[in-house]
Amino acid sequence: MVSKSPYNPLVLAGQALFYGLFAVIIAYFSTAPKYTHLEPEISLIKLSFSYHGEPVGECHKRTPEELAKLAPNMRAPISCPRERSPIKVKIDLDSQPLFEGVAPPAGLSKDGTSTLYKRFEVPSGEHMLSVKMNDNARIKDYNMVREEKVTLKPAQILVIDLRRDHGGIFIE
Amino acid sequence: MSVFASFRQGGLVLLQRIEAFFDAIFGSAGNPWRHLGALAFYFIWIILATGIYLFIVLDTGVEDIFTSINYYTHEQWWLGGILRSLHRYAADGLVLVMLLHLVREFFYGRYYGFRWFSWITGVPLIWLVYASGIGGYWLVWDQLGQFSAIASMEWFDWLPIFSDPATRNFLTPGALTDRFFSLLVFLHIGIPLILLLALWVHLQRIAQADVFPSRTLALGTLATLLVLTLVKPTLSHGRADLLLVPTVLDIDWFYLFIHPLMYLTSPAGLWAIATGLTLLLLLLPLLPHPQQEPIAVVSPPNCNGCRRCFDDCPYGAITMLPHPHKPGHQLASVIPELCASCGICAGACPSSTPFRSIEQLVTGIDMPRQPVNALREEMERKITALAGPVKIAVFGCECAADVRHLGSADTAVLNLMCTGLLPPSFVEYALRSGADGVLVTGCREGSCAYRLGTRWTEQRLSGQREPHLRPTVPVDRLRVAWADSHEMSCLKASLDDFREYLQTLGADEHRSRAYTPRRIAQNG
Ligand code: HEM
Ligand code: SF4
Ligand code: SF4
Repeated sequence: MVSKSPYNPLVLAGQALFYGLFAVIIAYFSTAPKYTHLEPEISLIKLSFSYHGEPVGECHKRTPEELAKLAPNMRAPISCPRERSPIKVKIDLDSQPLFEGVAPPAGLSKDGTSTLYKRFEVPSGEHMLSVKMNDNARIKDYNMVREEKVTLKPAQILVIDLRRDHGGIFIE
Repeated sequence: MSVFASFRQGGLVLLQRIEAFFDAIFGSAGNPWRHLGALAFYFIWIILATGIYLFIVLDTGVEDIFTSINYYTHEQWWLGGILRSLHRYAADGLVLVMLLHLVREFFYGRYYGFRWFSWITGVPLIWLVYASGIGGYWLVWDQLGQFSAIASMEWFDWLPIFSDPATRNFLTPGALTDRFFSLLVFLHIGIPLILLLALWVHLQRIAQADVFPSRTLALGTLATLLVLTLVKPTLSHGRADLLLVPTVLDIDWFYLFIHPLMYLTSPAGLWAIATGLTLLLLLLPLLPHPQQEPIAVVSPPNCNGCRRCFDDCPYGAITMLPHPHKPGHQLASVIPELCASCGICAGACPSSTPFRSIEQLVTGIDMPRQPVNALREEMERKITALAGPVKIAVFGCECAADVRHLGSADTAVLNLMCTGLLPPSFVEYALRSGADGVLVTGCREGSCAYRLGTRWTEQRLSGQREPHLRPTVPVDRLRVAWADSHEMSCLKASLDDFREYLQTLGADEHRSRAYTPRRIAQNG
């Protein structure tokens, strides 16, 4: 049996050893091994929006007969559908399809915003980017189109957003 | 034995070997394995203390926070820098000891029965520790913070909770506002406060919880962290830039391993892993497990309201109520849901003394499976039957090294539910009834299945705690040798050594005889 006296050199050395081991474990895993989040010569395209689509149908003026059928406090002269259009998106990179999808409106009565967030890792360099979106269910084709030649530096993030205040598709 | 049971048994034996090895180096009071909960608390205190300073000197604007942290890391390295590193390394240490604490409680089988409460309330602590720590990385707002914040938001956005994806807050440099940043700072203070509250709940059913390590362990740990701080100070990565992806990072794997795991799988995959593991931990107490023994029972006529059982109960399962018939007196009462059926209270009760002359010994608080009366009868019977030059009585514990193997012609064995059930007067009684020596054994301190049995027994036998062993008992005829379940050979060696020693002393000719009328009637 080792003597448990705190001044026994073996005991002290043992303690130092295990405190040291603890320190080494903490120190090492606190910063290592390195993690490569993005390989070199890769850039990132982020597609993200939070956008209210157009109403799914036309508003229409109620006829006097229609109005008469409603409760007196509900007799608004114009009726608009609450439901919003889903947002359709198609992205091509150098004429190759990169993404195609639909962001449905949120909410039980589908009257909320459509949101989407996607990330795509692409080789850095020069690309032809084509973004098409539709925010109106009454129009069959994509009603917003943007084509742009982009040059992506390694690790650069390119953001594709959809914003009314920027007149639709917005590339940054 | 099922695969699960043998896995647990194997883990337990390994753990106990490691702990016994550390006992030889650190002593049981300074043995980190035996005080992982206390160490976790200690790291939390260090984090809080250093955090207060770091918060005071922090500028919380999006632009300033990085600069101010870099300022105290480099310009003020001798104070701010050291405190920052301490904050970081204590947080890493917290994760390590918390996970070891979980693993240890698991292998010791401390997740079911009356302990379900401590186990279940431990599980949210893991989430809170992680939430507190990861939030801390965002605040630095370097590339690592940017990476972690965005990865975390991508993870949370998988849940249908935000109407607007949280990730959009980090989309472009313009999107990030000072207000959002103040929210992050607020979270990094608020979540740790919730953690403290949750810890208070975690310890609700633990009496005299071990929440601060012994002085040597505390100083040793602090010194280790300080050396680490000087050798490898914590540094920031480059300033965050939302136009660029952080590429290669020195990540803190203790906290941030969840991000690589998410990119390796998917946000849904990480949710499946995290909720799956959490559910597994929460459901563990429902697995089949041994039935608990009947709980302690109070005998009001034999309780004088001395509160010793109340003071010694390791799980706060005893309350003192006003005595229904004697005004001004109190009466012990057991709360059934909290009682662990350990018997430590029976060992504490002054009415448990075997010297009482009544034929049927009834104590103030007793264990139905091992009543004090049955113990007295067993002891008398076994000691009377002993033969040999020296006669030994061994008191052991069912959870520790199995004393039943020690029984022989000259050795009487009494196997207790917990050594804490042993009233010290039984030692004196055994010596007076014919034993030449008494060996007391049980789990090592910190292994005690009921936390405090070993400590209280040690203190009662050495006269530091009531009920104490009377000073007239010759100390050289009592030996205390703690041994965990795998240490049978050590225990055998201790017994042999004790027997040899007793032989040199010879039989105790001067021992006072049992003097109760009852004994005299029996022995003439
Ligand atoms: C921040 C993290 C944690 C801290 C600071 C902490 C602290 C503690 C402390 C101080 C004790 C009392 C020990 C004693 O006096 O004997 C304890 C007991 C316990 N802890 Fe934790 N704990 C943490 C996390 C956990 C986790 C994650 C689990 C498992 C899911 C857990 C399970 C238990 C159990 C089962 C006990 C009861 C032990 C017994 O009855 O003997 N703890 N904890
Ligand atoms: S048996 Fe143990 S847990 Fe139950 S009341 Fe007695 S000391 Fe407390
Ligand atoms: S130790 Fe015994 S006498 Fe004292 S309060 Fe408890 S039951 Fe009553």
